[in-house]
Amino acid sequence: MSAALLISDLGVSFGETTVLSGVNAEIRAGEFIGVFGPNGAGKTTLMRCLLGTLRPSQGTISIFGQGPVKASREIGYMPQGNVGFESTALSARALVHAAWRGEKWGVPWSTRESRAEVDRVLEITQASTYADRPFSVLSGGERQRVMLAQALLGQPKMLVLDEPLASLDPKNQALLIECIAEVKRAMNATILFVAHDMNPLLHVMDRVFYIAGGGALLGNIDQVVNSESLSHLYKFPIDVVRAHDRVFIVSREGNVTEAACCD
Amino acid sequence: MISTLLTDLGYEFAQNALIAGTIAAILGAIVGYFVVIRDSGFAAHALAHIGFAGAAGAAILGLSPLEGMLLLTTGSGVFMGFTGDKVHRRDMAIGVVLSMSLGLGTLFLSFYSGFAGQARAILFGDILGVSDVQIREMTVLALLSLAALACFSRRLLFASTQPRLAEARGLSLQALSIAFMVVLAISVTLASQIVGILLVFTLVIAPPGIALRFCRSFWAGMIASVILGVIGTWAGILLGFITNRPVTFWIPLLFFVLYLLTEGYSRIFLRSER
Ligand SMILES: Nc1ncnc2c1ncn2[C@@H]1O[C@H](COP(=O)(O)OP(=O)(O)O)[C@@H](O)[C@H]1O
Ligand SMILES: [Mg+2]
Repeated sequence: MSAALLISDLGVSFGETTVLSGVNAEIRAGEFIGVFGPNGAGKTTLMRCLLGTLRPSQGTISIFGQGPVKASREIGYMPQGNVGFESTALSARALVHAAWRGEKWGVPWSTRESRAEVDRVLEITQASTYADRPFSVLSGGERQRVMLAQALLGQPKMLVLDEPLASLDPKNQALLIECIAEVKRAMNATILFVAHDMNPLLHVMDRVFYIAGGGALLGNIDQVVNSESLSHLYKFPIDVVRAHDRVFIVSREGNVTEAACCD
Repeated sequence: MISTLLTDLGYEFAQNALIAGTIAAILGAIVGYFVVIRDSGFAAHALAHIGFAGAAGAAILGLSPLEGMLLLTTGSGVFMGFTGDKVHRRDMAIGVVLSMSLGLGTLFLSFYSGFAGQARAILFGDILGVSDVQIREMTVLALLSLAALACFSRRLLFASTQPRLAEARGLSLQALSIAFMVVLAISVTLASQIVGILLVFTLVIAPPGIALRFCRSFWAGMIASVILGVIGTWAGILLGFITNRPVTFWIPLLFFVLYLLTEGYSRIFLRSER
């Protein structure tokens, strides 16, 4: 099977500071990849390289055999952080509609085709019931479902989800993960899911992409999430503690690098 | 009272006032819709005031006030657009250009004393003194702006609602921002012909601002914005004729009242949505 995503010798620097260097990865079509790492490790930076909004300083990226800019229409994207819109009554449906082929020239007409596509994605993420309410009154969990819906517009082959769990409570985290796993089964999409805590994803992800200390490691959970591999990656001693089917990553000095909950 | 109104409407100045008001209101409402969703109110405000310096300086270059305004506002619009979509950086750039232009305007004003009357017209608008030539100029400019906006409105809506996503689909936020600022500069200049620089806000921000408080889809908001803008402008002009008080008092007053009503309504309404 051909690779969905091939990263070779990728490096990103902003002026003097090098954020990533020597990153290699090969991800197969249909894989669910959990992308983890401490804050500021370069997760968003890597995702921006995949989307073609950031040009890497070195190395190459191939997505379904194409360069990032060309492949951008194969990728559905959920950016990190919130959309504004606190002061308007624009509905969730209107927001999703604006994203449907939003890169085309001309006027944003509402056509039968566009409405059908918007209905379809809202249906998949079970956001139809509140899609006509103003986006500004939706709860965090509802908003994330709307943002997920719009990432599904045009049936992309790959989903890049940048910290969709941030600011959700555990119940809503579980609901959203369930929804994404469902989408993956239905569409057989390749998923890159960036998260802070890996525990909620343990049962759905195929492999782990761990970014720390300027480098990255891709592999099965057991291969990557162990003291030896992570200490090597972080370049300082790391302990991996497993308890009740949960994983805790702790620096040996006693500072918790990644706890089970609560950022 | 009604009979004076009817006689007034028989005059060319009255008809021209209504036509010019309609053009400015339609353009203001459509362009203003994007101003509101892009949170660019400050830019619209600044462009209007920048136009003042252009009008004041026009005489030196041998241009008409309208040409001078257009030149300076579109130039400033391009500059503001370059700063992209980072609100803080954008507001800084706008503030700098705005104060520089106001300074220039003051300098130009000091060159000639006879400008005071004209300056008054630029600041407060001169809707009863619109000539046929001006109407033709306005129509051409408004059509050009709307045609340009029609070409990139789909991209603009996408980039305005979800910039990160639009970027990921290959859109240049900066190019869109520049293009929009040029269209905005033209619209603001046209609107200031009618209501004056000081009140451009009422034609560009108020109708779409009100429409966006209760319209949930793009098209409903856009249409409501245009209807509100045109009706408000007509009502303001007619009230001006009837009462013999400035149109630039009536139009803002109407929108102010409408705004208060909408605000009250949407507070109760949006809260009960949860
Ligand atoms: N445009 C930029 N210019 C300079 N530094 C940047 C830029 N974007 C990101 N960085 C830096 O790169 C590092 C990685 O950032 P990011 O990818 O956002 O981290 P995260 O893993 O938390 O998503 C951070 O130290 C950040 O300050
Ligand atoms: Mg990030």
